[in-house]
Amino acid sequence: MFRATLKSLLSRKLRLVMSGLAVVLGVMFVSGAFVLTDTLSRSFDSLFRSAYSTIDVSVGAKPKIASGGLEDGPPAPATLPADVVERVRAVPGVASAAGDVSAEGARVIGANGKVVPSFGPPRLGTNWVDGSRLAELREGHGPAADNQIAVNASLAKAAGIKVGDQVSVLTLQPRKTFTLVGIFGYSGGRDTLGGATQVAFTDPVAQELMLGEKNAYSSVTVDAAPGVQPAALRDAIQSALGDRYEVKTGKQLADDAAAGFEQALSFFNNILLGFAAVALFVGVFLILNTFSIIIAQRTRELALLRALGSSRRQVIGSVLLEAVAIGLVAAVLGLGAGIGVGALLAKLFTAATGGLELAGIGVPAASVISAFVVGVLVTVVAAVLPALRASRIPPVAAMADVATPDRPLTRVTVLGGVVSAAGAALLTVGLSGAGDATLWLILAGVLVSFIGVALLTPLIGRPVVSLLGRIFSWSVPGRLGRLNSGRNPRRTAITAAALMVGIALITGVNVVLQSATKSLDKIATDSVDAQLFIGGDPTEDRPPTFDPTVITEAGKLPGVRTAVGEYFDQAMVNGTKTYLVATTDAVAAADIFSVKVNSGAIGALGADQMVINSDAAKKFGLAVGQSATVQLSRGEPHRFTVVAVTESSPVFPGILLPPAAAEDFAVRQLVAGYIQLRPGVQPAQVQPDVDRLLADSPEVSVVDRSGFLKQQTSGVDQVLQMIQILLALAILIAVLGVINTLVLSVIERTRELGLLRAIGLRRGQTAGMVTVESVVISVFGALLGLAVGAGLGAAVVRALNSQGITELVFPWSQMATYLALGAIIGVVAALLPALRAARLNVLNAIAHE
Amino acid sequence: MAARANDVWKVYGAGEAQVVALRGVTAEFARGRFTAIMGPSGSGKSTLMHCLAGLDATSRGEIFIGDTKVTGLSDGGLTKLRRTKVGFIFQQFNLLPTLTAKENILLPLAIAGQKPEPEWFETVIKTVGLTDRLGHRPAQLSGGQQQRVACARALVSRPEVVFADEPTGNLDSRSGAEVLGFLRNSVREYGQTIVMVTHDPNAASYADRVVFLADGQIVTELSEPTADGVLDTMKRLDVLAGVNG
Repeated sequence: MFRATLKSLLSRKLRLVMSGLAVVLGVMFVSGAFVLTDTLSRSFDSLFRSAYSTIDVSVGAKPKIASGGLEDGPPAPATLPADVVERVRAVPGVASAAGDVSAEGARVIGANGKVVPSFGPPRLGTNWVDGSRLAELREGHGPAADNQIAVNASLAKAAGIKVGDQVSVLTLQPRKTFTLVGIFGYSGGRDTLGGATQVAFTDPVAQELMLGEKNAYSSVTVDAAPGVQPAALRDAIQSALGDRYEVKTGKQLADDAAAGFEQALSFFNNILLGFAAVALFVGVFLILNTFSIIIAQRTRELALLRALGSSRRQVIGSVLLEAVAIGLVAAVLGLGAGIGVGALLAKLFTAATGGLELAGIGVPAASVISAFVVGVLVTVVAAVLPALRASRIPPVAAMADVATPDRPLTRVTVLGGVVSAAGAALLTVGLSGAGDATLWLILAGVLVSFIGVALLTPLIGRPVVSLLGRIFSWSVPGRLGRLNSGRNPRRTAITAAALMVGIALITGVNVVLQSATKSLDKIATDSVDAQLFIGGDPTEDRPPTFDPTVITEAGKLPGVRTAVGEYFDQAMVNGTKTYLVATTDAVAAADIFSVKVNSGAIGALGADQMVINSDAAKKFGLAVGQSATVQLSRGEPHRFTVVAVTESSPVFPGILLPPAAAEDFAVRQLVAGYIQLRPGVQPAQVQPDVDRLLADSPEVSVVDRSGFLKQQTSGVDQVLQMIQILLALAILIAVLGVINTLVLSVIERTRELGLLRAIGLRRGQTAGMVTVESVVISVFGALLGLAVGAGLGAAVVRALNSQGITELVFPWSQMATYLALGAIIGVVAALLPALRAARLNVLNAIAHE
Repeated sequence: MAARANDVWKVYGAGEAQVVALRGVTAEFARGRFTAIMGPSGSGKSTLMHCLAGLDATSRGEIFIGDTKVTGLSDGGLTKLRRTKVGFIFQQFNLLPTLTAKENILLPLAIAGQKPEPEWFETVIKTVGLTDRLGHRPAQLSGGQQQRVACARALVSRPEVVFADEPTGNLDSRSGAEVLGFLRNSVREYGQTIVMVTHDPNAASYADRVVFLADGQIVTELSEPTADGVLDTMKRLDVLAGVNG
């Protein structure tokens, strides 16, 4: 039995290649993800190890607001007063101690007048420490006067600046211009540490611009006296300074930094695993279909085995063995390809960020194990149903030309209904947003719904396919193609369902994003009474900022009725982390955002006063006249008293603080501005004047309402593009499925094709017949995808109603494009099978058994 | 002449594996006649028919269907020939399972983009006795009925020649007799030309003439054969081949 299985497998290896290909792709992404993360994390590890190898012990301050991960944005710089350096020096065993300033957010304006962009790595602003063992001067000297800076080599290159140039830098303060006096690299000939850019100022300037405080440092670097162990020194310093400071050895620092990067890397990991999941899910359909068709074609062979005495169990075993063999081959190929992809991505990553030396491509055991587990498991799971079907072939089928009648669709339809309902239920629970498992519930719901719809597809398929086919029925080949596509509803259904998955996902995402855009548009139109907007690209890690004086000046412009600016920060309110806003003018803000006041009154806010909305009031249990303790990014906790509670509004902040509070924000500059014009004044009349005010704030621009919407939704297009790439893969695999089904059908119908050719069907007509079948299947799949995707999208939009997505928009033009894509896929997928059908030797075809 | 083979050779393979299926076969098939080609397995009878019908290319020699030289026609030319001048009946019926009996019968005309002549269609249907089965699909028909549908399909376009390859090979004797009788009638009454390959002497006895093949050569032929006469000749075929060879 074993030998017979392998022989029959080898004889049909070509047919299995395509179904195996989906598994290969899936495994490739899984193992690629492991290889990439492993390689990069080891690379970063060695980078930080060498970077921190010169540090014995470092003293840092605890941040006022702990950063909870990537989404929270850059943490507020934690500072320690300058006298800590003296206290550290006094600790026995300390050879020397120097105060360091280092903070994210030194944005250099390049020779082209634009801010040098960052693709992830930080843009550090530091003080210059003469004789630092880390930095190595390449050119010029370190900043000696307050109007001088030095930059690292990678930044000098990216910005196109050289020693002697006047260079502008954006920091916590608006644009300041310095003379570039030095360019430096790092030990080991590096231009950058992991892609980070670095601007070095003199101590006072760095403190002022990067930390926003005088006589403060972000850390103290300590050299141990000869013979003193860093760990022992750390403990000594810790006990000398007390709990308010974090004291770490260089090794600990390296570990912390590496751990931070690993968190960032998990993002890559998730993307690749997402690719893998989609590829494998669609792949299951493909394998299921291939096995089903092959078993239908092998009915006689299997029946013969049964007649010769094989048990049902042996037949099932033989099919599953075949699946294992394919899974193993696919796993090996996928692993190989995955190592290649992982290595390539690691190289690309290094090239993009610069300054990271790859630690050599690693193939962790996890990647090998997961490749084999995933490859074999997925294939075997997909082969279970066909194997059961194979075991039901009666031995008598070997003797006669038994046309196995299509079993009724009742059972599969009922099952499909049940599974779809389960999927819908999961989705409903998930979308109602109960608890932490929300995302998983939604994913599972989508997945189960897909399976349910796939089970229902044979039933839906009959009328739809027949209807679709009528478009082509004017010609004989068209008619034959239509009849062929309706011939095996299960096969057509699975093939179409594979295509459905990709198109449904992309349609669903499209519906949600378009609806969100439309809702935002509606909110901006209905509830923001401003004509000009100041802001920058909201997808930047660090929000673009501008000088608060711009708003003051803009308010004085002729034609401007009022102008309001907003600061953003995270804070602990009564111990709970939350986002809040400080505004330049609460009264004007309430007016522009036409917010209703439930209780109290909004006036010019005093230094200890705040306005909250009803949601925040409920969350913190506050009412007018009551106060809460607010710990901002800087300074000491401060009590603010509620003067007004407003209605909750999508545009008006939950907690609004007076402008003075912004002094203790991490970023003391404005991130958004709204300008209300006098009646009858056109935005275009005032825009140039505001533009001039923004000359020193190159990260932001002043735009009208449509420009503002474009700015706010620019992230939407990016998300959509990424998802389209992800789903192109799913669609590619589905195309393989269509090709596979058609090739197998052509083989199966060899005799019929021979007959048709014998009675006068031309080659072109034969190809046309196959193409029609292909197009009908693909368009059916696309239609299903559009319907399911629109349904899923609408469900999500409805669930997000409370989040401000109030409008439901169907992206008709995109949906039409996807439908056309389905037709094109049909034509493309038909190429190979049609060619094969047209090239059949008539005589051989007729004699074909 | 409806079909003609002129010194036709057919060689498969090359070198050691070379097989000569036909060795200089020359034969003529008269219009309005029912000719059977007989011979033992491997005698080349099927090969001869495939070459005559333009399904297989000859290695040497020429084939004519009516006035058309088949040898050397392109695929397009052959397709056109099959549409207009040739009809086929196969042992395996070869009907399209997706089409009804009527649709199967009219398929060659549909492919050629022609309308059936209603009278002729009625005549054919009546002759094969399928009038009340036209709406059925092949799976709902018996073997004999299926083969009658295949016969009607071959006849409906009034081809120059109908080639039948063991048309009764898959049928029980009663259904076989029906089909053969129907083929003979179409020759007698409508002047159809039929060339049939068979190894069944009884089937051959329905023909006007039997051509015997052995070892790729025509060894003898019978006119107005009887089943016994055919059987007799078959028995002597080895001797005859020996004499000729």
